[in-house]
Amino acid sequence: MSTPLLQVKGLKKHFPIRGGLLRRVVDHVHAVDGVSFELQAGETLGLVGESGCGKSTTGRCVLRLIEPTAGEVLFEGRNVGGMAGDELRAMARDMQIIFQDPFASLNPRMTVGAIVGEGLVIHKLAANPREINERVVQLLETVGLSADHMRRYPHEFSGGQRQRIGIARALAVNPKLVVCDEAVSALDVSIQAQVINLLEDLREQFNLTYIFIAHDLSVVEHISHRVAVMYLGRIVEVAPSRQLYTSPKHPYTEALLSAVPIPDPTVARKRIVLEGDVPSPIHPPSGCHFHPRCPRAQERCRTEAPTLQPLGPNHQAACHFPN
Amino acid sequence: MALLEIKGLKTHFKTDDGWLHAVDGVDISIDRGETVGVVGESGCGKSVTAKTVMKLIDMPPGKIVAGQVLWKGRDLVPLPPEAMQKIRAKEISIIFQEPMTSLNPVYTVGEQIAESLRLHEGLSRREAMDRAVEMLKLVRIPTPERRVRDYPHQFSGGMRQRVMIAIALACKPQLVIADEPTTALDVTIQAQILDLLQRLKDEMGMAVMLITHAMGVVAEVAQRVVVMYAGKVVEEAPVKALFAHPRHPYTQGLIRSIPRIDLDAQHKVRLEAIPGTVPKLIEPAEGCRFAARCKHARAECRQATPPLREVAPGHRVACILDL
Repeated sequence: MSTPLLQVKGLKKHFPIRGGLLRRVVDHVHAVDGVSFELQAGETLGLVGESGCGKSTTGRCVLRLIEPTAGEVLFEGRNVGGMAGDELRAMARDMQIIFQDPFASLNPRMTVGAIVGEGLVIHKLAANPREINERVVQLLETVGLSADHMRRYPHEFSGGQRQRIGIARALAVNPKLVVCDEAVSALDVSIQAQVINLLEDLREQFNLTYIFIAHDLSVVEHISHRVAVMYLGRIVEVAPSRQLYTSPKHPYTEALLSAVPIPDPTVARKRIVLEGDVPSPIHPPSGCHFHPRCPRAQERCRTEAPTLQPLGPNHQAACHFPN
Repeated sequence: MALLEIKGLKTHFKTDDGWLHAVDGVDISIDRGETVGVVGESGCGKSVTAKTVMKLIDMPPGKIVAGQVLWKGRDLVPLPPEAMQKIRAKEISIIFQEPMTSLNPVYTVGEQIAESLRLHEGLSRREAMDRAVEMLKLVRIPTPERRVRDYPHQFSGGMRQRVMIAIALACKPQLVIADEPTTALDVTIQAQILDLLQRLKDEMGMAVMLITHAMGVVAEVAQRVVVMYAGKVVEEAPVKALFAHPRHPYTQGLIRSIPRIDLDAQHKVRLEAIPGTVPKLIEPAEGCRFAARCKHARAECRQATPPLREVAPGHRVACILDL
């Protein structure tokens, strides 16, 4: 196999917590605590997990929107962490992000044309204003909007349309990798389906690679080739998406899947209800982070953190007692 | 006699652009001990219907233009605020989506549970606090004797929603309206809360009106389902019939537009998105409100508003076509 498009190695992000009169660092939030994965060109990797598991922070570290505390991110074999100046700017073009909130992520004072065209100007991708115009119209049409939307402002659009504007903006600079951070989570189901279909079409058309971050497991399974499940800053399981859903190896994955409501009243399922809440990432539990809620936990889980082990083709899980 | 019977309810809001027909002729009835799911997307009027029942609509700008809300045969619409207060919490109570904004941050959770007990059941402060501890135990909050003195910010999201449920159930109401009770929660916590609601309902025998946008939640919890679109009921059926034979094109679209994790990839097709967006409800024209997005729409659909008609026992649909 060729060099993966993206390699993430031992990524960590610890956010300092400041306290006291002198605002000294008193503790750290272990948002991402040693995450590694690879991504081939054209592949879609889903990142799932509950609030606070570190999935969004991972996505942002990959793009260097936040500086990781430790670890490496290699894009086409080159270390993103060491880049500066022109090299970094070129890299920023190759990696784009689509945010969750289509209301907060578009500047309300800019026209749609200016929002979508901004990347073209910054990266000098068009020779003159007319060329920018043509390209913006083309982009808007690609995402299902039209040329006469150019002169309007974000507030004139519905949630689904705004998300299309966000997608057009990301596509403007011909990226190779797009991080979709809860890109369809705020949308109503009928609109969500439109946007999912659009993302799938664009992947095909432009040979895009996605990191698809979402808390909705059904959506992630639908769009991803492979899915990584995160819990308290670590990947606990990663597998081809169908395989993950049919034969989960990690008890957390199993519980998470069983909790997803199925829109069919005739399906009888045994739901594994996890006790308690996700512990605080400030002082994550010792050993396996999942052990206090795990029905299978034993002494070893309390002391020794499991690492990702191969358990099948392309299937890895971090558990001492996998299925 | 139905426990609650909403008849021809119209709740409109005055805006700068004219009257907004948020709820525009809604009929819903709920029997004793029954769980009825009310589903629909943003702006379909499901929450406004619930708030009208509880008389929690600000008037102005809101106005109940027509219809009745019969609670055990007695119309709540003309009831003065003092009389309504006797019914609220005591006979009908409501659980909101956002437990952080609906709890008072400056009172302990014990005081908030005790409030309605003292008001409605005339308990002393001491007795009410004892009952508050019992309620926290009922909703499975660990060490309730201690937690009763804690403030809302000391609880996690899932625990706060348990507190909300404890408040709602304190006076043993006959109907609980749950307005998106699990929307802000992670799936594993959602599973806990749905299980808890189900168990308490079985123990206490109350009726539940569950308002949600999630078809999966409805399929798992409700006995009967009411589907709303643009201020109107478009379909109503027992839960199994609704999912097995949805008759309204909107319901059909809604069910087909959600990705399913329980189905194999081989069966998995492209999501069937509903084109277009929800219509504006400012002084809407006659005719079926879904017609603009409906692939089956004909000229007749746009002329007159289709009434609900019975197509099978207990299964009503507001569509002139037999689909």
